[in-house]
Amino acid sequence: MKELVVISGKGGTGKTSIVASFAVLAQNAVLADCDVDAADLHLVLEPRIIQQSDFSGGSRARVRSADCTGCGQCVDVCRFDALGLSGPANGDAERTAQVDPIGCEGCGVCAHVCPVDAIDFKPAINGQWYLSETRCGAMVHARLGIAEENSGKLVTLVRSEASKLAKQRGLDLVVIDGSPGVGCPVIASITGSNVVLIVSEPTLSGWHDLRRVADLTHHFGIETLVAINKWDLNEDLAKQMEAQARERGLKVVGRVRYDVAVTHAQVARKSVVEHASNGAASDIRQLWDAVAGVLQSCD
Amino acid sequence: MNIAVASGKGGTGKTTVATNVAAVSAARGQPTAYLDCDVEEPNGHLFLKPEIVRQEPVGLPIPVVDESRCNHCGRCGKICQYSAIVCIGQKVLVYPELCHACGGCMLVCPEDAISETDRPVGTLEIGHAGAIQFVHGLMNIGEAMSPPLIRAVRSNAPDVDLVVIDAPPGTSCPVIESVRGTDFVMLVTEPTPFGLHDLKLAVEMVHALDLPFGVVINRAGLGDDSTHRFCNEKNIKILAEIPDDRELAVAYSRGEMITEALPAYRALFEQLLASVLTEASAAAEQRIAQPNTISKP
Repeated sequence: MKELVVISGKGGTGKTSIVASFAVLAQNAVLADCDVDAADLHLVLEPRIIQQSDFSGGSRARVRSADCTGCGQCVDVCRFDALGLSGPANGDAERTAQVDPIGCEGCGVCAHVCPVDAIDFKPAINGQWYLSETRCGAMVHARLGIAEENSGKLVTLVRSEASKLAKQRGLDLVVIDGSPGVGCPVIASITGSNVVLIVSEPTLSGWHDLRRVADLTHHFGIETLVAINKWDLNEDLAKQMEAQARERGLKVVGRVRYDVAVTHAQVARKSVVEHASNGAASDIRQLWDAVAGVLQSCD
Repeated sequence: MNIAVASGKGGTGKTTVATNVAAVSAARGQPTAYLDCDVEEPNGHLFLKPEIVRQEPVGLPIPVVDESRCNHCGRCGKICQYSAIVCIGQKVLVYPELCHACGGCMLVCPEDAISETDRPVGTLEIGHAGAIQFVHGLMNIGEAMSPPLIRAVRSNAPDVDLVVIDAPPGTSCPVIESVRGTDFVMLVTEPTPFGLHDLKLAVEMVHALDLPFGVVINRAGLGDDSTHRFCNEKNIKILAEIPDDRELAVAYSRGEMITEALPAYRALFEQLLASVLTEASAAAEQRIAQPNTISKP
């Protein structure tokens, strides 16, 4: 079983549109939407949810104001400025401690120091994850609660559930839609995967972010492919990016032209290759053939 | 005044809006700063081309165990919620990249065997681009946690009339760290199903943080009208619409400021700035008139 991860560094380069097309072309891959922060793949693949589960990435502190003496020790030890003496008065104290749930990092130090045990520290529900069926096969996806932490843990969960499913069904490929950036969710998406495809665009920002994300895949020693989306927006830059990628030992596997059909497909809730046959759709088919070739040859 | 520029979806034009709004503000003679809080993939410097005058490493305190003092009681490992320190038999292991620097282990150690040392997580760069004061952070490659570096960028904000904060995409901790406590948030979106879906998440986020906000629609004309309908239904102010113009995309690809490469669009950003300032002041006045019953810590 192999894992292909599609990432980009910069957001909005077309990862999800390409993954949706790959889902159709791969036939019988398990799909994993690891962009748990702003998941969009389901908008195209319209999954039917078979199973929904809660995700807890850690615990969270909550002061029981009736029991608080307002001593402020918790406020002093919190390194995340998540506590203040801003809670309601009780018989003992004029002002009690209160946790800002958004600032709370779930370290539990406040609950530990509280001399009267007035702080509850219990597992929090930070999101949901789903096992679904789509017209292109099974899909594992998730929704991180708004303003929640631990997207890395949720990504790891989505990935491992997708692998489990692939093994159960005897399928040999998991296609993973990653998130932008180079931080925690991206690291969780790529570590231990077989092949990473970086989808970039010919803009200075795209190029800058491609270099950083390629440094990241190099850091983890993962075979890395590059495709330039909307290449005709700035052909000179596309060429320079491809040349530099090759110099760095990355495999340049394709180009996709700028095509308004990509947006039209999205509006029609279809993948590009289902919506059109020429233009970007034909570029994505060629790109898939090249990526599938690499997947076949890697162990 | 602190104005954040955020979006759920990546690549909708946050940096274009943030840099050009900062540029028109500075051009009016207003002391202005631009902070790039997208420390994973900062791009503002590609457009503003700042002269960096100061660089400093940003570190996160991690525990160091003095083995000669440690009695292997295991309390450090028990309080740690991140599995960053574990005591196995007669050995204490520290996993620096998992540490959130809460200080819990040091606090509970009965033998005073734990001290802290800084682990580098990134670099802060401070400078200026013409009249605009510039601050950004660059996270080290392989580093997972961006919030500490984002905090460092924000705490180095110059004391000026207008601070424009360029936030990372998404709706989770790095975004929260970037927009928390700002006076107003501009949510940049594009009128496509992906853009709208992620805009809805971003709207939930600003509601959760109780921040006043408005929407900027980029690439207007592309996609469909469902974003407009959503904003109208929810009574969300559309601050500006930037048309889907190939010339804008080409200027962007070259790292050019729109206000310079395509001066015809300067008025659009001037109007956007004026509209944001009006909205933000109105929100501030409303807040004074109707203070929250429960104040935030």
